Order: sequence, then C-alpha cells, then structure tokens
Amino acid sequence: MEFKDYYATLGVERTATQDEIKRAYRKMARKYHPDVSKEKNAENRFKEVAEAHEVLIDPERRAAYDEIARRQASGQPFQPPPGWDSGFEFSGRGGRRGGMAGEGGDGGGGGQGAADFSDFFESLFGRSNGRDGREGRGTAGPRRHAAGRGPVQGGDHHAKVTIDLLDSYRGAARTMSLRVPVVDAQGHTTLKERQLEVNIPRGVRPGQHLRLLGQGAAGHGGAPAGDLYLEIEFAPHPVFRLDGRDLHFDLPLSPWEASLGATVQVPTPEGAVQLTVSAGSTQGRKLRLKGRGLPGSQPGDLYAVLVIAVPTSTSEPEKAAWMALAAAYPHYNPRNMLDALDPLKA
Amino acid sequence: MSDSYSPASDIAIAIATTGVVVEEHVAFTFTALCRASGADALQLQALVEEGLLHPTGRGPEDWKLSGPSLARARQALRLAKELELGLSGAAVVMDLLAEIQILRSRLQ
Repeated sequence: MEFKDYYATLGVERTATQDEIKRAYRKMARKYHPDVSKEKNAENRFKEVAEAHEVLIDPERRAAYDEIARRQASGQPFQPPPGWDSGFEFSGRGGRRGGMAGEGGDGGGGGQGAADFSDFFESLFGRSNGRDGREGRGTAGPRRHAAGRGPVQGGDHHAKVTIDLLDSYRGAARTMSLRVPVVDAQGHTTLKERQLEVNIPRGVRPGQHLRLLGQGAAGHGGAPAGDLYLEIEFAPHPVFRLDGRDLHFDLPLSPWEASLGATVQVPTPEGAVQLTVSAGSTQGRKLRLKGRGLPGSQPGDLYAVLVIAVPTSTSEPEKAAWMALAAAYPHYNPRNMLDALDPLKA
Repeated sequence: MSDSYSPASDIAIAIATTGVVVEEHVAFTFTALCRASGADALQLQALVEEGLLHPTGRGPEDWKLSGPSLARARQALRLAKELELGLSGAAVVMDLLAEIQILRSRLQ
C-alpha cells in the first residue's frame, strides 16, 4: 500500500499550525473543487486534498498519522501494525464528505457518491460509523433514527456511473458494479460489492440522474427500502462530442473535395450515411443532420464540422500539381485580412 | 424489479431494474427531496429562500419540486460543505457558474 504524504498534498510544513492547514485546504479546495474547477483531473486532486485535510485538521488523527509517518521516515515499509491505533481515541467528528463509499450518502449532505478515501486512509482510520462522519449531521437520513423507533424507510443512496454514448443512443441493459457500505452487528462498516443490472433509458444525458426505486438502503421494521440515484457520466467517445442533445464530429475533407463539392460517407451512431458537401465549403463550416443527435421527445441534431486536410507532397507529380494550382490563382491571398491590419501598409 | 439484493452476502445481483430519468419524469415532495438530497428540512427551506429551488404549492407540506431540484440541492450542499461557504455563498457560486456557462456557450 502506498504511503500518502498528506503534508505534501496540502503543500504545508510538518510543523504547520491548524490555521495554516485550514488556509492551505481552502485555497486548494477553491482551485480543485470539481464544481468550479477547470483544472485537469480536478476531481481526483480534490479528493486527495480533502483526504489530507480530513486527517491533518483533526488533532487526534494528525497525531496518529505523524506516528506512522515517523516510522515510514525511518525506513520501515508502510504497514499499519495490528492495534497500532490503540491509545488514540477518535472523536468521530463529521467527515467532510458524507458518502465516502462508491454508493452511499444517505443524509450525507450532498456527499459525492464516488468519493472514496484511499485504502491508505481506510487502513489507518477505518470506515466505522463513529469515524467517517456518516452520523455527523442533518436530520434527513431516516436510518439514524431507526433503533427502537418502529418501521423506518431506508435511506436513499447515490452513485456515479459511466456509460457509453451508444448506450444512451440505443438504450441498453448494463451491469453496474457498485460498492455499498454495510454495517455489521458490531457496528463496523465494510464495503460489499453489489452488481445491478440497469436498463438505461434512451436519450439519457450526462449529468442527469436515474432513480431506481427500492434499490437504496434496506428499511427497518418492515418499512420499504430507500431509492438508488445514479448520476450519469459518458465515457469519452473517439469521434462524437456531445453538446446538450447535439452531437458534433470533425469531418476531414481534401482541398479538392471542399472546393469542388463531394459526396462522402460519414459516421452516425446509427451507422454510416452518405453526406453531400457543396462546392466552395470552408474550414469550420457545420453541416447539420437533423434529428440524428441523442434521441428523445425532441431529438438532438448531428453536426459534421468541416476540417480541410492538406496532403503532404513528396513526389514530383504531386509538387507539380500544387504548383499548377498556385499558377491558376495568381491573385489569391489567404492573408488579405491580416495585411489590412498591418500598420506599415495602412 | 428484483428484490434479490441482500447486504448479508458478499456479492448480490439484482435482475434488471429500469432507471427513470429524474430530470424529466420525477417530481419530489419536500420530504422526498430531503431524503434524496441528504438535506435537512431547514437547509432545503433555506435553498428555497435563496431562490435556488422553485417549489409550487402553498407551503412545505404542499410543495412539489421539479426533478432538476435534486442535482441543484446536492450541488449547493456540496459547495457549502466542501468550500466552507454558507448556503447563501453557495447560491452566489451557483449563479455565477450558470452565468459562466451561458457566456461560454455564446462564445462558441
């Protein structure tokens, strides 16, 4: 298991005060929070930052972590010894992220479903209810009122799932693997893998949620189970880009196809079709195939974005052909607009 | 829909269950949105007062909230918690994010 340097993650010294740690966290949270950040890999960076803060801002966890870090620095490979944490009493203050599990977050205050903490974190601080903050806040999660209070409906769970564009295009049955926190009789929380076959409705878009009735946490005392909400993400597609319900793709054309017009074969999610490109087409022009975007009551459109591809010329006949072209356009200047802006020529 | 999921077993498999698109086909009561979003009643009421959620009906008992309310409520709570903002601060951030999105789409 990889040792995690939480101080380096937050960019603070090992001697940093709690205030310094808080400031560093806030600064990095603003930079990497996936809701506001355009940084690459923001979500993963934010998880690391949140995990480091979770440990270092809590004096008890920090002391325990420092002890492990000292052993690590002295050359011992990282392995939490059995019972290493005896003597550290964890207060179980609310975790930042309500649902740490792949699935979870009932009453978790909008915790990101997929926000696991690392195995390293869990090997040190475990997942038991007293420590991970699941009991920490709010009044909405019915499960925490369950003991001895009669029938209580199970909590709702959230998870993120990634599907392919074509799954949405055609509708599909997909088997999803989810990890769900389960509390045993001793009150320890462990993750169990759960597989669920889900019928993906046609036309579902990224950012939308699917509700699966009765697939959340089990109810108590005969009450019904909660619901499971799956937030949809699309895996990147090598050809098609999605914008709302519309799909875009780049359609390369040779210079002569763009100039003279052509009928070319183009891909659509339903299979290839013939598309007529008119003479005199220019780079960046969009050709619309109406109704061939994501399906739905108002289906999206499919746009071919023209890209003029220029072949390399190596042989003499090829070079001669381009020279003949240049000779045929003695007055053509593609930089007319730039020349007009040149102050020396104005 | 299958009921074969059992937390006691290591791997549980449920037979195909059909997902309903929340944003298009679901409306929430106030209590249901509390449960689904993880918000407590006061937080959700605050989001209504901030103008982030737009219920129809006379009061919380009677409120109906649209499907997209779920993602908005969760985002507001997430921002408030993880960026250590109040719900009012989260509402400002969400307004600004929406404006940025509109400006970006105009640029294209």
